[in-house]
Amino acid sequence: MAVYLDHAATSPLRREVLEAMLPYLTQHGGNASSLHASGRRARQGIDEAREIIAQGIGAQPREIVFTAGGTEADNLAVKGVGWAATSRGRHVITTAVEHKAVLNATAILERSGFEVTILPVDADGRVDPIDVAAAMTGRTTLVSVMAANNEVGTIQPIAAIGEIVRGHGAKFHVDAVQFAAHASIDVDAWQADLVSLSAHKLGGPQGVGALFVRRGTQMLPQIQGGSQERQRRAGTENVAGIVGFGAAIRRLASDAGEPDRLRALSGRLLQGLLALDGVTLTGHPENRLPNNVSVVIDGVEGGDLVAALDLEGIETSTGSACTSGNTEPSHVLLAMGIDPHLAHGSLRMTLGAETSDADIDATLEALHAVLPRLRGIWGVRPKVTVPA
Amino acid sequence: MSRIVAAMSGGVDSSVAAALLARERGDDEVIGVWMRTHGDMPEGYEQSRSCCSPDAADDARRVAQLIDIPFFTLNVEKEFGARVIDAFVDSYLEGSTPNPCQACNQYIKFDELLRRGLAAYGADAVATGHYARLEYRDGRWRLMRAADADKDQTYFLWVLDQEQLSRTQFPLGDLTKPQVRAIAADLALPTAQKPESQEICFVPLGDYRTLLEERRGYAGDPGPIIDADGTRVGTHTGYAHYTVGQRHGLGVALGEAVYVREVQPATNTVVIGRRAEVAQRTFTVDGARFTAGEAPRERFNASVRIRHRALDVPAEITMVGGDRFLVETAEPVWAPAPGQGAVLYDGAECLGGGRIVRSDG
Repeated sequence: MAVYLDHAATSPLRREVLEAMLPYLTQHGGNASSLHASGRRARQGIDEAREIIAQGIGAQPREIVFTAGGTEADNLAVKGVGWAATSRGRHVITTAVEHKAVLNATAILERSGFEVTILPVDADGRVDPIDVAAAMTGRTTLVSVMAANNEVGTIQPIAAIGEIVRGHGAKFHVDAVQFAAHASIDVDAWQADLVSLSAHKLGGPQGVGALFVRRGTQMLPQIQGGSQERQRRAGTENVAGIVGFGAAIRRLASDAGEPDRLRALSGRLLQGLLALDGVTLTGHPENRLPNNVSVVIDGVEGGDLVAALDLEGIETSTGSACTSGNTEPSHVLLAMGIDPHLAHGSLRMTLGAETSDADIDATLEALHAVLPRLRGIWGVRPKVTVPA
Repeated sequence: MSRIVAAMSGGVDSSVAAALLARERGDDEVIGVWMRTHGDMPEGYEQSRSCCSPDAADDARRVAQLIDIPFFTLNVEKEFGARVIDAFVDSYLEGSTPNPCQACNQYIKFDELLRRGLAAYGADAVATGHYARLEYRDGRWRLMRAADADKDQTYFLWVLDQEQLSRTQFPLGDLTKPQVRAIAADLALPTAQKPESQEICFVPLGDYRTLLEERRGYAGDPGPIIDADGTRVGTHTGYAHYTVGQRHGLGVALGEAVYVREVQPATNTVVIGRRAEVAQRTFTVDGARFTAGEAPRERFNASVRIRHRALDVPAEITMVGGDRFLVETAEPVWAPAPGQGAVLYDGAECLGGGRIVRSDG
């Protein structure tokens, strides 16, 4: 059985989540928009999940819009609010370390004549709220900042930024896709108007997400069709997926000790890594997700290291699964000022519910085994002997 | 337990090579690797015909899934761009004919992939879908022609040395192409019916002129086409658009077939000749490499092949210092083209070879 250290890519479906979903895949087969009993039963599953999720983030159920994932939620927030507010202005602010879902959505707005400000981050990946304040103009309608970074795990000063944004009367979008698995969210404390969530980052099914849309926030739907989700997101609901999303959020709430357990495990993993030559932590040393261990390792190519570890039964990532296959180093690491050559040697390990002490030992052992071999490749050709 | 890297292009040959390895692996681990060698081809280009397109990556991945081996993508764009594509372009600009498949073997498959395979995957060797065989005899590895003479690819493999040969496997060496297709069909591999790829993987539609312009800014200046007497008989579009032995695209009507005999970059001139004038019995070769590490003797007999699938011709080889040798063939050979490999054989064994140099080189 492999050691799975890639929970930031996807956190495997939890047993209790699957059990909550199963009746909706086997018995309650109705369309939630249908009037008959089967339809009503499906509708009940969605309503219950919506309540659980709303309660989990301090929102009202009607403020939750289900989507097909975090990326769709980000797109809906950025483009939906950007386009709805054009009578007030066409200026959007975001940061250099956002997920591609936000960055590419703002890029589309820019091509349509919007002005987009991309704020820098410091060496730890943090945005300075003062920079947000300085970038605000009378035409600014939306500010989008992630709660925690998917690659390096750095947590942003969201409440401080929310205060500034609300003071200027703009809307505040928070991509909380990574954050939600590890800490509770209070949309009012954040002063957020929009919050993106994804089920599969917290033990729910893939293909389901949600966008919190604060009451009174003008937003143009990005998918046209029927009147589902109060006409904010057309298309037949993914009933079983939404039920699973709710079950995953409910399970999180009952797991209060988990962040501390993960923090202890990831701390030990990081210590072991830093004891090796040429390893540097990326992201903020303290203000980071408890399950995230991100480093750059001098003298190795991240992709080769991930493959080598995989063959030893340790599943990791170079950074974001959504951008793997790229030859360019991570935009997040570059934005943090990390040398491009060094950034090629990025390794991200993200722990989860099943991660054990033994997994950490096995991972460190595997790293000790493969690193010297990998570092050989930049030197001379390995010695080859002809077999007798 | 040991590991072996199966280089998978997404074509039928490397698919079957990987499948055969996986079937006979025993305790050994087979790791499928597809190399990204260059960016995507332009829209409209029939990508599935090329070995290095994203479609090919999909095919390779599906085969790896079916034969149940781990599969990784290795990005070698930088190395391939410098060692294969730039070298290809520069070869034309030097008035030579490039040999990209040989360069890819020398610098990418049996160097970059081999080294990174050893380091990253802890592998012992690389296996490819080439039609060639290996024998270990009298203390060294020997590169042997494939059982299927029609498919033999040793012409592109002569650059491999003992280190490389010792770390190489050719699972298809004893098979014929029809047998390989039959195995692919038996295993229901999605690549079983894929057509042969004949074109160069990074040159869409065979139009290399665009590449000359893109990579080196060479658009081509018109210049003279002259005959053996120096008489101007036509105008060309730029010397680098022509290669020795080329017949088409000359726009010259002299009553009988004429061919490019020489390309002169310094004067932007293309020299043509009649069929008999393009044949030669002696030519010089540089960049010599021998699979054994050194030439058999200072002067020796071998058969020589000067292009893929051409017939071998008996010849006398004379080492003339450094990495150069002189080839004297028993019969005239058709258009030895500067830049192409002159590959030497002793019966079924490939001894090595070198690159044909310009007659003024």
